[in-house]
Amino acid sequence: MRPEVVAAMMPVFTEHFGNASSIHWFGQQAKAMMDDARQQVARLINAETAEVVFVSGGTEADNLAIRGIADSQRAKGRHIITSRIEHHAVLHTCKDLEKQGYDVTWLPVSGDGLVDPEDLRKAIRPDTILITIMHANNEIGTIQPLEEIGQIAEDADVYFHSDGVQSTGKIPVDVRKLKVDLYSMSSHKIHGPKGVGALFVRKGTILKPTMTGGGHERNRRSGTENVAGIVGFGEAARLAREGLKTDMPRVATLRDRLEAGLKSKIELIHVNARNAPRLPNTSNIMVDYAEGEGLVISLDLKGVAVSTGSACSSGSLEPSHVLTAIGKTPDEAHGSLRFSLSTMTTEEDVDYVVETLPGIVERLRELSPYYKKV
Amino acid sequence: MAYSEKLLDYFQNPRCVGEIPDAHAIAEVSNPVCGDVMKLWVKVDDGRIQDAKFKAQGCSAAIATSSYATEMLIGMKVAEARRITRDQIAEALGGLPASKVHCSVLASDAIKEVLKGF
Repeated sequence: MRPEVVAAMMPVFTEHFGNASSIHWFGQQAKAMMDDARQQVARLINAETAEVVFVSGGTEADNLAIRGIADSQRAKGRHIITSRIEHHAVLHTCKDLEKQGYDVTWLPVSGDGLVDPEDLRKAIRPDTILITIMHANNEIGTIQPLEEIGQIAEDADVYFHSDGVQSTGKIPVDVRKLKVDLYSMSSHKIHGPKGVGALFVRKGTILKPTMTGGGHERNRRSGTENVAGIVGFGEAARLAREGLKTDMPRVATLRDRLEAGLKSKIELIHVNARNAPRLPNTSNIMVDYAEGEGLVISLDLKGVAVSTGSACSSGSLEPSHVLTAIGKTPDEAHGSLRFSLSTMTTEEDVDYVVETLPGIVERLRELSPYYKKV
Repeated sequence: MAYSEKLLDYFQNPRCVGEIPDAHAIAEVSNPVCGDVMKLWVKVDDGRIQDAKFKAQGCSAAIATSSYATEMLIGMKVAEARRITRDQIAEALGGLPASKVHCSVLASDAIKEVLKGF
């Protein structure tokens, strides 16, 4: 978390600990702080404050959006369109709805991870009730042509949800331009606290709540508000908006420095999705003749935390569904590494990785029965 | 990470890495679960394994278990080596996290495969 975020949250624990739904003064104080945070989050995506619903995180936002629409629109139809590279929060929710009798179309993506808007147009049917396509991918960083997709959804008069967990605060987001009806956000992805997120719900959207109870969040999401978390999220949103024009280009430069450095020092490595518009902070690299989990552990022992799409490290023992969807074989996914940079990443951090990784790759390749030094 | 010090040591400093040019038997096995591969070379004289070397492309647990198992083989009687189980290898390295238990099968499979002809 950014120190400013911690500082903003502290008074909520010590002084302003009222229940935001209470009408007594300290409840109202908490409510005022939450309203402030709501305004910050709304400004980050050009929404109105009344359109921001605070939830427990990106996963809940996705669930509320998808299940909420599926439920409220079931009289109209049961067809949902999504992509093959969604985050598990969307993917598993859609799979669950399939089991409940909904019909889901899984759109393919290009080798760089892009959905073809033409495929979407062709997939829409009279009984289509929801299109849910992520803004930017969490593994490879590909940014979808959301404006075009939003226009297609509007023309077809179908609700459009986008998982914006990765894109919020990393690239400019304007929910009006994108024509989304629902947009998921997560606080900890922008250096706010974990356990809090938000769903943008366009005014007039008919959404059945997944959490019922005391009617909090304008009846969109019941449950006593996580005031400290929300206040922290608000501060993180404010900082993210301020940094969009300065921090993010710097992060993109660092990402490019990392990729160029690694390519110059290690043979047989490939950058995924490099021909698509990409998030500034995500770099997904495939290393031939080395396995991802071994690379992750080796880097971890050197103080670098990264992740991999290798089947070896996933609980399911399946290679990443995203890498498979962009046409990579399980063998190729086996050697994948994902670097996530942030506003806190420095040039020294990047150079350290560029110095450290080649030796690790070299060592693992020497162990490989297939690798022959060129 | 839930790996033991010993496992990390065998991953970082694997023993018995390499090839044996005049090996009596060579086996190459791959893990059907995650795609890791191990190649094992052995020299056998008088029913006893005189030398063993391995190469592997896989995760840290696969490399460590491959290395440990190869080291175990040296000096062992063939009949004895055939009885090595995946659990034995995993336990010797301080156990494996639940999601990594399948990794130890690579080494035990390779041993069974390479000793087939003896």
